[in-house]
Amino acid sequence: MKRKPSWAALEAAAAKRILIIDGAMGTMIQRRKPTEADYRGERFNDWKCDVQGNNDLLVLTQPDMIMEIHEEYLAAGADILETNTFNAQRISMADYQMEELSYEINVEAARIARAAADKWTKKTPDKPRFVAGAVGPTNRTASLSPDVNDPGFRNTSFDVLREAYSEQVRGLVNGGADIILIETVFDTLNAKAAGYATLEVFDELGVELPIMISGTITDRSGRTLSGQTAEAFWYSMAHLKPFSIGLNCALGAELMRPYVAELAHVANTRVSAYPNAGLPNAMGEYDQTPHEMACLLEPWAEDGLLNIVGGCCGSTPEHIQHVREHVEKHAPREVPEIAPKMRLSGLEPFVHG
Amino acid sequence: MRFINVGERTNVTGSAKFRKLIEANDYTAALSVARQQVENGAQMIDVNMDEGLLDSEKAMQTFLNLIASEPDISKVPIMIDSSKWSVIETGLKCVQGKAVVNSISMKEGEGPFLEQARKILRYGAAVVVMAFNEQGQAETAEQKFSICQRAYKLLTEKVGFPPQDIIFDPNIFAVATGIEEHNDYGVAYIEATRRIKEEMPLTHVSGGVSNLSFSFRGNDPVREAMHSVFLYHAIQAGMDMGIVNAGQLAVYDDIQADLRELVEDVILNRRPDATDRLLEAAPRFKGEGGPKKREQDLSWREKPVQDRLTHSLVHGINDWIEEDTEEARQQAERPLHVIEGPLMAGMNVVGDLFGAGKMFLPQVVKSARVMKQAVAYLQPFLEKEKQEMGLVNQPAAGKILMATVKGDVHDIGKNIVGVVLQCNNYEVIDLGVMVPAAKILETAKKEKVDVIGLSGLITPSLDEMCFVAAEMEREGFQLPLLIGGATTSRVHTAVKVAPNYERNQAIHVLDASRAVGVVSKLLSDNDRGSFVENIQAEYEKVREAHHASEAKKNRITLQAARDNRFEIDWPNYEPPKPSFTGARAFSNYPLADLVPYIDWSPFFSTWELRGRYPAILDDNTVGPEARKLFADAEELLNRIVEGKWLTANAVVGFWPANAVGDDILLFDDDDRKNVRATAHTLRQQIARDHNRGRAHSALADFIAPQSTGLADYLGGFAVTTGIGEEEALEAHFKKTDDYGRIMFKALADRLAEAFAEAMHEKVRRELWGYAPNEKLTSEELIAEKYRGIRPAPGYPAQPDHTEKSTLWELMDVEKQTGIKLTESYAMWPGSAVSGFYYAHPDSHYFGVAKIEADQVEDYAARKGWSIETAERWLAPILNYDPRRERSAKVA
Repeated sequence: MKRKPSWAALEAAAAKRILIIDGAMGTMIQRRKPTEADYRGERFNDWKCDVQGNNDLLVLTQPDMIMEIHEEYLAAGADILETNTFNAQRISMADYQMEELSYEINVEAARIARAAADKWTKKTPDKPRFVAGAVGPTNRTASLSPDVNDPGFRNTSFDVLREAYSEQVRGLVNGGADIILIETVFDTLNAKAAGYATLEVFDELGVELPIMISGTITDRSGRTLSGQTAEAFWYSMAHLKPFSIGLNCALGAELMRPYVAELAHVANTRVSAYPNAGLPNAMGEYDQTPHEMACLLEPWAEDGLLNIVGGCCGSTPEHIQHVREHVEKHAPREVPEIAPKMRLSGLEPFVHG
Repeated sequence: MRFINVGERTNVTGSAKFRKLIEANDYTAALSVARQQVENGAQMIDVNMDEGLLDSEKAMQTFLNLIASEPDISKVPIMIDSSKWSVIETGLKCVQGKAVVNSISMKEGEGPFLEQARKILRYGAAVVVMAFNEQGQAETAEQKFSICQRAYKLLTEKVGFPPQDIIFDPNIFAVATGIEEHNDYGVAYIEATRRIKEEMPLTHVSGGVSNLSFSFRGNDPVREAMHSVFLYHAIQAGMDMGIVNAGQLAVYDDIQADLRELVEDVILNRRPDATDRLLEAAPRFKGEGGPKKREQDLSWREKPVQDRLTHSLVHGINDWIEEDTEEARQQAERPLHVIEGPLMAGMNVVGDLFGAGKMFLPQVVKSARVMKQAVAYLQPFLEKEKQEMGLVNQPAAGKILMATVKGDVHDIGKNIVGVVLQCNNYEVIDLGVMVPAAKILETAKKEKVDVIGLSGLITPSLDEMCFVAAEMEREGFQLPLLIGGATTSRVHTAVKVAPNYERNQAIHVLDASRAVGVVSKLLSDNDRGSFVENIQAEYEKVREAHHASEAKKNRITLQAARDNRFEIDWPNYEPPKPSFTGARAFSNYPLADLVPYIDWSPFFSTWELRGRYPAILDDNTVGPEARKLFADAEELLNRIVEGKWLTANAVVGFWPANAVGDDILLFDDDDRKNVRATAHTLRQQIARDHNRGRAHSALADFIAPQSTGLADYLGGFAVTTGIGEEEALEAHFKKTDDYGRIMFKALADRLAEAFAEAMHEKVRRELWGYAPNEKLTSEELIAEKYRGIRPAPGYPAQPDHTEKSTLWELMDVEKQTGIKLTESYAMWPGSAVSGFYYAHPDSHYFGVAKIEADQVEDYAARKGWSIETAERWLAPILNYDPRRERSAKVA
């Protein structure tokens, strides 16, 4: 199968330096305080239910706002932009009765990010910018029952997830994404469905894109929501031969480090990390300053844990700029050779051989 | 060589007991079988549902989903075992871990084999390949090896399957069947294994061992011995996985020597009569020793009933929950006390462990299930008691309405709280996500609920929760309001939500495990009053702490702070005498002389270009923009200087000065008799962990106290480059030229700062003259590497802006320079800087930060202000809320 041409440029850039992935989209949208009317735009003026909070919809109704946020991150030095598609599959879109818009949102989101990235690449062709099509976790979990009296029950399934993800990935690829980024994985089974769908879409379109995977360790237990350790999570996803494996969200840099280090130790691919800007304070705000965040992340780079770094909830272009300034002097992590052994997992890793 | 032990007791074809449980739909007991295997050391469990009468796909799905909810079991990888591809694929869709498929083969040819292998790779699993081809199962060592080799090539070359994820099963067949051809089956397996590991070293070899001893069904000691002996030899040859009942395996060395020899003869096919000899001897060994007792640590069963209940709840074990609950019931006065007492105590342990990150969600959900079973057991007793007490008509449990608030679609946490509450027999009405306040309140009324629970994950949900609370207040609700979700907090609930709803109480619930405790107390007539009172008292404290200051730190008393003042070695200090006392004006200062003193970094940050000058000009990202901006700035600056668009005026003064307490007295002349004015300073009161070595400074500490008798001095200055600013804007920039106007104002500001820097240098070198030989570069100036400071009123070292008026009076600033003070003591024009000069080498900048009421009172007295006036001017640095302080006093 044909590799998308930008893949080679991405590999070359990653070999030279730690790549910078952008920061929070939601935080930047929230700062602009869009109203219900803004979310609706003209097109959805008469929509049957409230759509405020449907951030992904803004690529259709407020494309300039999304473009502007992308550009702020590019100005801060981001190499990789995430499309505004965290919830843009029909399972999550059902909350707004907008299932039928899923494909269109993905295409448009990828186009907007593509345009922003190309504009900045043109300015400095020696620093190409890449578009990562963001594929989120959906609002359902394939590994957990929502009904405690019926632990065998599931409100979604691998196949339902796979179909929803196929549509999303198809939109992202057709809209011009360079990378498929399966992120904020709190249930690995959902992510496996996303990975399966992604490979199917590549087959269907006859083109292959690098896949990035980023899981979410929810707390100090060091587990995903569905109970896996970071290492077990990597073994569950390694078959996708991802361009990178990493962690994002839920934790700030101070708490995330041990789990990133765990991945850096076991993964024979690149490692990414985009933590939250600390933990929310009692008022639900993230108050870690750009400087603080950058100072927490720099030692990771110094210690050779990172290939790709950026920010998640609460991070802003200033955070990304500071992080970039702090990590750019450090060489990217060298991808280690890992002995070929059978590496299985349940909630915990199991290595044999 | 490590050997993976795959548990086989969850295999309907291998275990009649398990098959019966599945057929009877007794999945609870079936799960116990799986748990036992893991507890007994199985590193992986094999799940097989291939039974003709079963819906195998459904059974596989149900059982794997159930296992996923049991962390004690699902911690190990799953082996999905079926001869039907559809069952395997169903299983692959249920496991989040990397599983093993058992098995695929080439019996239907290469096509299906390759297709299945590709899918397995895509699902992310390892695979067991049977030594089976179109002709059938391989029997000889040579057949076994060549089929495995062919499969290996196809998998690695055509599918891209990693060799280390391939496990061969070269077929373990029954030996000692009485059929001569079967005698060599054990040897064939062992031999094939050896060759596979030689030729394909990364692969693995597995097998279902129990087949081997099929002929000796009913004679477990012989079977166990056969398994042990076989494994002993096969493992040496390279077998590294096996489906073995981990609880029933003899240790090779423990097998009686005569039995071991008989068995070894059979397995290694060492003599033609081996089978006959073993058959003949077998009855002798039957019943001897017997299967070893399941080894499991049950010591906790010896403990008191509370400990046992807690253990069961924490570990999610329901095997003994009913008998333990019964025991607790017999000890309790009323059945309800079992729930409120020992069971809740156990759930609190669960909550604490969960909160500490020592348990994770699936385990907590499991604990809730055990709790539910205990409550269900008590139900008939509760009913009976109710009848006896004549309370039949009273509703059994409360009704709780739950919703994720408008604008938020996160509901995982809410759903968990919902199920935990349901487990405890509360009726839960779940309105789902994105629920507007109106719908919540309407439903609450219609359904006559007892409690409302709101959930939210994203930050804006916090405001929506406040709104719901306010609406409840407005509509006259009298129900407790529970607040939960990732971004919520006790502080936010106490400070923001609760005050909106004074008719009843808003209560923050930290996590699902706490929900039952909170709700049960709220709905208990006995506990409610004291619980709510406690919450109210607690929240009042939280609010007080918060209101005092969001960043409130502990403060020490003013007296303690003064006792720890910044000490200067006065006896060894000779204060320099300025070249004049009183004020001197410098009008129309040459602008060109100021340009070298400009600190450009703040100029760039005005334009939101972050970085230090001059490095910013070469910055990868903003460099080009910065260079362009800098070029424009330099050009405009030239025009300003050349065209004299701005007038630079300054006034500088020095006065004989001595400190008295935290004030500095300024005298008319060196007789130091007539006090001309007083400069007031504020002192740090922050409580530090390590006070030693760090003073609580006030600017007055840098001036020699009157008691020293030293003739010290204080300087003052006011500079501006803003005279003519408005006229120049008018004359040279179009109204629409935002870029030019902002640029001009930014440059005027930079010039004022540069002027302050230039005058300060002039003061050090000439006017005060204590550093006549100082020669610093502009970088060193910017880094303030000189002796003395020039703190400005309104800035951290002296946050009181009104102190500027002292400077204005002393130096007649307005007349001398044209700078006016507004009613809030801001300078006009804005491109101006004013402050005091301190000359002592140890003087330094610091921040006063928040201060306490004692200092405010003291400061007010010194300034001749009322307390209210002082609090108004010092509002930003008060470490308390003056309104609350006063209302408390009135009350």
